[in-house]
Amino acid sequence: MDFLTLIQVFDSTVRLSTPLLLACLAGLFSERAGIFDIGLEGKMLMAAFFSAAIASVTGSVWLGLLAGIAASMVLAGLHGLASITFRGNQLISGVAINFLAAGMTVLIAQDWFRQGGRTPSLIGGGRFGGLEFPGAIGPADAEATGRPVSELIAGTNPLHQVYSDLISGHSILVYVAFLAVPATWWVLFRTRFGLRLRAVGENPAAVDTSGVSVVGLRYAAVAICGLLCGIAGAYLATALQAGFVKDMTAGRGFIALAALIFAKWRPWQAMWACLLFGFLQAIALRYQNIDVGGVVIPVQVMDALPYILTVVILAGFVGKAIPPRAGGEPYVKER
Amino acid sequence: MTLLKSLMGAAAAMALSAGAALAEPALIFDLGGKFDKSFNEAAFTGAQRWADETGGSFREIELQSEAQREQALRRFAEAGANPIITMGFAMADPLSNVAPDYPDTKFVVVDVTWIAGDNIRQIGFAEHEGSYLVGMLAAMASKSGTVGFVGGMDVPLIRHFGCGYAQGVKSVSPDAKIIANMTGTTPAAWNDPVKGSELTKAQISQGADVVYAAAGGTGVGVLQTAADEGILSIGVDSNQNHLHPGKVLTSMLKRVDVAVYDAMKAGGEVETGVFVLGLAEDGVGYALDDNNAALISPEMKAAVDAAREQIISGELKVTSYYENDSCPVLDF
Repeated sequence: MDFLTLIQVFDSTVRLSTPLLLACLAGLFSERAGIFDIGLEGKMLMAAFFSAAIASVTGSVWLGLLAGIAASMVLAGLHGLASITFRGNQLISGVAINFLAAGMTVLIAQDWFRQGGRTPSLIGGGRFGGLEFPGAIGPADAEATGRPVSELIAGTNPLHQVYSDLISGHSILVYVAFLAVPATWWVLFRTRFGLRLRAVGENPAAVDTSGVSVVGLRYAAVAICGLLCGIAGAYLATALQAGFVKDMTAGRGFIALAALIFAKWRPWQAMWACLLFGFLQAIALRYQNIDVGGVVIPVQVMDALPYILTVVILAGFVGKAIPPRAGGEPYVKER
Repeated sequence: MTLLKSLMGAAAAMALSAGAALAEPALIFDLGGKFDKSFNEAAFTGAQRWADETGGSFREIELQSEAQREQALRRFAEAGANPIITMGFAMADPLSNVAPDYPDTKFVVVDVTWIAGDNIRQIGFAEHEGSYLVGMLAAMASKSGTVGFVGGMDVPLIRHFGCGYAQGVKSVSPDAKIIANMTGTTPAAWNDPVKGSELTKAQISQGADVVYAAAGGTGVGVLQTAADEGILSIGVDSNQNHLHPGKVLTSMLKRVDVAVYDAMKAGGEVETGVFVLGLAEDGVGYALDDNNAALISPEMKAAVDAAREQIISGELKVTSYYENDSCPVLDF
């Protein structure tokens, strides 16, 4: 594998990791506040649909993004209502949201666009384009010289290759996702809000005693979760793809959950876990079967690795993954 | 009592004849879904044409899982639908289980040619011949000398497509490099445009400048990415040239719509047996319309049409992947 190939695989990794990372951080906020959320998948799917639908109707991807975030936050609110206000089972509520999203998106899409549960293809301003950094080689240079981008990049020095291929040229949401990691760390570990949020996930009674609203904090966490899932869904439908197709999240919400456990509910580790899982996917896409010293690893193994790694972590082989103590339990003030 | 008996008998007879009169055709779509812009959509187009022309109606179902195949077949057969048209190679086993139980119902299956049954019309296509032609076009349109192939689920049928394509490419430029990738090994591979997109990007970064997608709904992502990145793509099954005008080199046509239309037109009297539609029968071909007219030069068209004549006359033989489960010019 030469250097340029490696860069290209990393480039693909970044693209594939972004939705995982956003969903993973979404889950991090929610679960740190004591609300387990397996509805990440459903929220992403709903956001993917509404962002594509609104972007195709209005022609503006930004309105689409807002609509996607709104749709995701409605589902998040539903999850909050069921599991915070009505103290329902958080897992069941999450499963319900996944089912609801899988069915509703196709139903609404079919009724609205009559294209068999998909939205029309987005064109022009209906999509997030790549952000070209100054000095990087991009489509504009390719047009000017009349040669393909890959050829231009291959002809430059390694540092410039990294800059042009790996760092520049992604959609703005990719940079948002990676900036969200330090932001999440700062909010959770350096602000009063973050301290309280973590406390609510560990010992809500103590938070309540000090006069802070447990319900309010948990709703705030669920809302942030909805916001991040909304961005993740919009990224899938309007940046990676040009439109919504049914079930387009394809299990990414669950891989994000696996990454969250793998990272033991910590933001920086979450980023590395998502990058690792994205890297595995990128490798699986680039090389169908990998030959490691005479042994051929079939592509299915690569696809299954995120789950296998999570099981290994859960089994306690690589340190123990301890979830927030009050996770999954509705808070009751007085029994 | 006798009156009641005869009344009931009459009612039963009426119900029976009503059932017979209502024998409408049924269409079972494969897992890619009715609107995959490709294989299944072609079947729907054919059925819709029949319905528009005759004013008739047909029943349909989109399968959601493997388990529904036999169930759907039986339900339509019990309901008296005739003929029952099914799509895709995966229907072979369910169909060979169900068909003998309903000897009076005619079944039609597309992409299956190897099962037994007197009441089954099996329609196969010589996809390798059509793929050979688009492979030639790909090689002639490619500037880099590298072309790509993105398959859907890794099954012999898709390798069959890829093999014909590779032979076509090699016939024009023997040194050309062909990058072949499969999307996956489960039926989900027919509907994963994000993965199709990434595969295309990976192939582009390896130098491919024409990519042929034989991947059902996944192909939508392949064509999209190819258009975004400024390379050419080749559609499959339906004419997909209109999806990105000027960016889709051509489409490998597989006239599933004609096969379905003909079966529905024949109704319950449809002829059974095995039918393989190739270039000679216009069952496969390449698409040329306003959207890609500028991409296909007269020389390219002349070369491909000459090859088409040669294949029809038997002068030129395209090796089928099925012959010995391997491709002479491409390793998968």
